This record gives sequence, C-alpha cells and structure tokens, in this order.
Amino acid sequence: MNWDWAYTLEILPQMAEASLVTLQATVMGFALAAVLGLLWAIISLLEIPVVSFVVRLWVEFIRTTPVLIQLFAMYYFLPLAGVILPAMLCGVLTLGMHYSAYCAEVYRSGFAQVDRGQWEAAKAINLSTARTLRRIILPQAIPPIILPLGNYLVTMFKETPVLLAITVIELVATARIIGNDTFRYTEPITLAGVFFLILSLAAAKLTRVVNRKFALPGMQEF
Amino acid sequence: MSIRTLIVTLCVTIVAGAVYFLQSPFVDSALVFLEAAEMTLKIVVVSMILTVIIAFTTGIGRLSPWAPLRWLCITYVEVFRGTSALVQLFWLFYVLPLFGPKIDPFTAGVLGVSLNVGAYAAIVVEASIRAVPKAQYEAAIALNMSSFNRMRRIILPQAIRIMIPPFGNLAIQLFKLTALVSFIGISDLTYTAYQLNQTTYLTVEVFTIVLFMYFAIGLSITIGMKLLERHYSRGIRLGDAR
Repeated sequence: MNWDWAYTLEILPQMAEASLVTLQATVMGFALAAVLGLLWAIISLLEIPVVSFVVRLWVEFIRTTPVLIQLFAMYYFLPLAGVILPAMLCGVLTLGMHYSAYCAEVYRSGFAQVDRGQWEAAKAINLSTARTLRRIILPQAIPPIILPLGNYLVTMFKETPVLLAITVIELVATARIIGNDTFRYTEPITLAGVFFLILSLAAAKLTRVVNRKFALPGMQEF
Repeated sequence: MSIRTLIVTLCVTIVAGAVYFLQSPFVDSALVFLEAAEMTLKIVVVSMILTVIIAFTTGIGRLSPWAPLRWLCITYVEVFRGTSALVQLFWLFYVLPLFGPKIDPFTAGVLGVSLNVGAYAAIVVEASIRAVPKAQYEAAIALNMSSFNRMRRIILPQAIRIMIPPFGNLAIQLFKLTALVSFIGISDLTYTAYQLNQTTYLTVEVFTIVLFMYFAIGLSITIGMKLLERHYSRGIRLGDAR
C-alpha cells in the first residue's frame, strides 16, 4: 500500500471541514463540563444533607459508565420523554455531562488546596457563603487547577469521535465515509490522526498560556 | 467515597439491577447479556494485563540511559496520547492489514485499548520511579546491587505504592474505553445493547439494563483498586489508614 499524496490533498478540505465539527463539539462540551463540574464540586463541598450525597453518587455513576452507553441512552431516551434534540446538541450535552464528573474532581482538589483559615477569616468578617466562594475561595482555588482542567480539554478532543455513533459527522466519521467510498483507508484515517494531534497540541499550548496569565504569585510556572 | 460506601452502593446497584431485570421483557434472555458481559470482562482483563506490561517496559525505557530507546518510548507515548483512541482502533483494524498482518477484531480491540492506556500508564510509571528519593538509588549502589536488582528490590516496591492511585483512575478509563471495541464488531455489552435496541425497539429497557451492568463492573474495579491501594500503603502514614 503506497501513500498517495494527490489523494491526500484531494480529501484534505473535506477533513479540515470535519475538524471544525470536532472543534465545535469540544469547545461547547468543555464549557458545559467546566460549569457543571464547578456546580457539583460546590454542592458536594457545602455538605448539604442528602443533596450532597446524591450529587456524589451521580458523579460516581457518570465516572464509572462508558460515555458511549451514556450517549446511546441520551439519544434514545430523550425522544421517548418527548424531547427531540439534534444529534450534535445531544452529543455535546452528553460529553459535557460526562466530563463534568471529572472536572468536579479537579475543582475538589482545587478547593482542598485553599487554606482553612481563609474560610474562617471570611466567616469572621461576616461574609455570606456565596460571597466567600466568589470573592475569597474561587480566586485562589481556580488558578492552580487550570493545567489539570486543560488536560481534560485535550482528553475531550480525543473523545469526540464517539459522537459518530449518533450520526454526528466529525473527523473520524468523515474519514470512515471517505474510506468506504474509495476503499482507501490509509490516508483518511491517518489524516484524522494528524488533525487530532494538531488540535490537541494547540489545546495544550493554549492551556499553558492561560495558566501563565492567571498564575497566582509564587505559583510554580511551567 | 469511602470503600464502605462504595460496597453498599455496589450491593444496592446489583439488587436494583436484578429486580429491574426480572420484571423486564428480557427475563428469558439473560444469557445474551451474560455472554456480552463476559466478552467485555475478557477484553478488560486481557487489556489490563497487556497495559501493565506496556507501561512498565515503556515507563522504564523512558528512563533508559541509552538515547535511541528513550526516544522510541517518548515517541510512542506522544503518538498514542496525542491521537484519539478510536482513530488508533480503526487504524489497527482497517489500515494495518493493508501492509501488515491481518488481525482479528478481538486482537485489534485489545491492542488498541492497551496501547492507548499504556501510553498514559507509562508516564505514571516513569513519574513514580522518579518520585522515589535519590538516596535510595545511592544506598543501593553503595551496597553494590546490580542495576536489575536495584530496580526490582529497592526502587519498584516503593514506586508501585505511588503508582496505585493513578492506576485506579486508568483502570476505570480502560474499562470505559472497551466500549469502543463495539465499533469494530466485537459483541461486547455496548454492541449487544445496540443490536438488541435495533431488533426489539425496547430502548429504555435495553440501555437501563446495560447501564446497571456497566456501573456494577465499574464499581467493582474501583473497589478493587481502593483495596489494592490500602494493601500497598500498609505501614505508611498510619494516621491515614481507614
């Protein structure tokens, strides 16, 4: 099997277009994951009776079941409940939900790094819980965890191909369609790999830039 | 969550799953689900063994004083961490036979999963070995131990303790990754669920049962890794032993 450069160039635009779908799914999914994850982490931090336990159980459940099955469940369950979503939206929701469980753990480690004295001092000057979180705790808890959060952004990029199971035509789906049409799998699938490599490296770089920008004084830089 | 909470959750999941299954229309076809679960478990176990082997060889290779071996291991890790697991799986299954050996879906699935997770695990191994205090190396050298014995008797036993918690996360990651092998036609739990859904249209029942099964297996793995973690941290930081 030889590598055919002409053929590679021919399918390049189609693959580049598909990589935009991958990019879109990741960015939207990650935004959702970051917000939901923070929500889970805060609820479980505040030790609200019953609610916190249920949230912890929910996070454990999401973390231990495969995203593919969750995807199928969302895609087939929601219409039965009368909610019909486009495949892409459904996929983004599932990916966001799945990764929110991981992000929750990352936020938890961020909260754990904040000194207890900060909570006590906030209490002593009579700040409400919401205000303590927003003004005192979060500004100290978030910067140290930008790198691990970025890790999940990169991981998420590489998880988006599961969306092809619910008919979202992203990079790998496109590669497979091209392969099915022309019976040449080498170029499209390898090209998909190259695109993923580029996207992940870019995301990793972005994470490092953001990390440097928001670094707390005295924090170790990479 | 503590081990006890996890075990209680596992018991509740199994009981709830069994009750749900017994009143579902699939009560007569338990064998289908069990066979699928067996396939998933088989892939998980074989991949885990292979992953550990890959992780230790590459992880230690990354620390090798011989540059070409080091570069080879670094390249392997970067390539398999940087591309998508599904791409790797498709590449092994569709592309490799075009200029190499034709491999059956099971082998391709196991290889794809373990090569992918192995890359992450190799870094864990490397970092854990690096985390062993340098004085331990020096003491072993002072006692005139061979480099093999030094690794086996002194460094690895201490490094393994550090490795276990991240390995626990990777074990779950590997377990969930096995759902992807359904894409190359292995009849594991996911594939069976998909097929049953296509033939019976009992969507809610099929996926609920399969979710129960996945959750039960996943919880068992989590509990197993926590127990392993406890076993390996015997005698260390006594105040932390729960």
